Amino acid sequence: MWGFQAIFLKEFSHIRREPATLLFMFVIPVIQTLIFGFAIQTEIENIPTVVYDLDGRQHGRELIESFANTRTFQIVDRVLDEDSFRRYLTSGRAKVGVRIPPRFSERLMRGEQVDVQVLIDGSDSQVATTALNSTNLLGIARSQQLVRAMIDRLPIVPARNAVGRATLPIEMRPRLLYNPDLQSSHFFVPGLVGIILQLVTLFLTAFAIVRERELGTLEQLFVTPVGRVGLLLGKLIPYAIVGFLEALIVLNVMIYVFGVPVHGGIPLLLTLANLFLLCSLGLGLLVSTLARTQLQAMQFAFLLMLPSVLLSGFVFPRTSMPLPIYFVTFAIPATYFVEILRGIVLRDADFADLIPQVIGLAICCVAILALSLSRFRKQLA
Amino acid sequence: MIRAVMDVRDISRHFGDLVAVDHVSFQVERGAIFGLLGPNGSGKSTMIRMLCGVLEPTSGQASVLGYDVARDAESIKRRIGYMSQSFSLYADLTARENLEFYGRIYGLEPARLAERMRAVEALTSLDGHLDQLAGTLSGGWKQRLALACALIHEPEVLFLDEPTAGIDPVARRDLWDLLFALAGRGVTLFVTTHYMDEAERCSDIAYIDNGELVVCGKPEDVKRLSGVTPQGTRRWELEAPGPAETLSRVRKIEGVRDATLFGQAIHLLVSNDLSEATLLAKLNLSSDTASLRPIAATLEDVFVTLTRATQERLAAHSDAASHPKGSIAPAKVNPEPISAA
Repeated sequence: MWGFQAIFLKEFSHIRREPATLLFMFVIPVIQTLIFGFAIQTEIENIPTVVYDLDGRQHGRELIESFANTRTFQIVDRVLDEDSFRRYLTSGRAKVGVRIPPRFSERLMRGEQVDVQVLIDGSDSQVATTALNSTNLLGIARSQQLVRAMIDRLPIVPARNAVGRATLPIEMRPRLLYNPDLQSSHFFVPGLVGIILQLVTLFLTAFAIVRERELGTLEQLFVTPVGRVGLLLGKLIPYAIVGFLEALIVLNVMIYVFGVPVHGGIPLLLTLANLFLLCSLGLGLLVSTLARTQLQAMQFAFLLMLPSVLLSGFVFPRTSMPLPIYFVTFAIPATYFVEILRGIVLRDADFADLIPQVIGLAICCVAILALSLSRFRKQLA
Repeated sequence: MIRAVMDVRDISRHFGDLVAVDHVSFQVERGAIFGLLGPNGSGKSTMIRMLCGVLEPTSGQASVLGYDVARDAESIKRRIGYMSQSFSLYADLTARENLEFYGRIYGLEPARLAERMRAVEALTSLDGHLDQLAGTLSGGWKQRLALACALIHEPEVLFLDEPTAGIDPVARRDLWDLLFALAGRGVTLFVTTHYMDEAERCSDIAYIDNGELVVCGKPEDVKRLSGVTPQGTRRWELEAPGPAETLSRVRKIEGVRDATLFGQAIHLLVSNDLSEATLLAKLNLSSDTASLRPIAATLEDVFVTLTRATQERLAAHSDAASHPKGSIAPAKVNPEPISAA
């Protein structure tokens, strides 16, 4: 522990002297939270849609109407020839094209099955998937309406509802829990707390140590009787404190700006946040043992941040990842912490619910700390 | 031996295939200003790092203040100071904060720290610059601050790795005055440098080249070594108009073993057979236009001669290795290193 106090105090002098660090620590995370929280909207609405109606009569018009009523589609134009229809799609002005065939209404009334061609731009898979699902649902719903009117008069029907009208045998009654309005901010902002916590502590610790190496002051320290433990704790604890304050700020932004209430226990949340913080400090230390210069440290830190952002389930659901990548996600500490955050904030999960994630995070933590401490020791020797 | 503050015995350090320090031995007495000289990459910094206990020797033994550098490094670190080649203080902290930081690192109690701060401030005259950021100090003041930080815990031995590299001549002289004052108080100084005038100020010097100790001793002893001015030769200083042009001509004259430019003069190592008159005549100079006087070897002469001898020996060795039939082994020119203790 020799020298701990000296280094601890010195780190705070550094932090105080460097306005850029203060900015990076306290302003940037808030800005990032606001940007992510407000800008990421996963609900897909108003997909520009072009209509080529070759029928022009009641059933055709009703179908177009129901496309518009879903709010998923927005009719941007009705065209009158094949060429302009194609042009809308190739130019990207419309992502969906609906072509209603000639004699659509007439054939329906005659009891024929009619095909409606729906062209969907598949370039953006998320938009395309939504358009595809909505189109299919729309087709079923319209057909159901038409069928229901007819079968009501038949003696035997698949099922009747409470008032005796013919209906489908099974009615699904989905109820949305935890985020009933499907607001993407409720999903993203809790995860963002974890990502920002890791970002800031990882960068700050890595830089704090690499800067000393780059300036030659680390060599100077090795010539003094400062102990390894003292040096390490003196360098890391100040940034642990900063990281913790950080987490509190971002949680406040989450609660008061985005109106995401914490349903679960805040003490549990903060305790587990500290475990994750320890993990991030370990990663920062690891980067500092790999990098010779601050530029290298930045590159390594980004290399570590990317999987945390992309593969942790923060943005994309882990369950839909290919199997090898799915296994990789278990080695990322952020995976567990993002799940813990969402569990506590949204679902009122308690410690018992989170035991698997806590174990996962603890294992990551021990592994990272063991690796980075052994590397750090070797370099001191 | 009893009074030796440092005792280095047959120490070597390898980095992979590179031999940075090769079987070096020497002793340093208490209160000495020991100058370790040598060209860049000769192993000076490696030597200092081993003595400070931050780098373990590959083989051999060394002790500082009676502690073994490999086994007892931490005890050494408490009692030595180290001032590195480059400015390695915290530029974003003030001079005072830097001093306080190093004081705390060495575990000084607040009262003792205050007392030591007054002492080093007085010694280095830093008083007026205490609240300035270290990064904004000029080169000379930075070195003073670095020295003050290295002295805050009152070390018995102070290591200085090229302390005057890149500072102006006045600051350089001031720093040396400080070092003399320290040596006067019984602090042992271990300095690396490649300035020859600084070497002349040391009480003991060692010259290291390619990791090998070439020579070690008091400056006046070293200058009198037989290898420096070999039997049957003399050293002269020639002052003549157009020294650079004269230099190339003088080198061609038979009997001139070595000629080096020294400012406006030429230092010559000549055979005793060559008389003054013959030399001047061969250069078409008269005693009116040129002056020739006998001189003693300077340290620079010593190192130039010894380094050249080593290089010739190495070249001859590699020659012998590539042509195994060449049976003539060259005579070893350089003298055996003599000990300072």
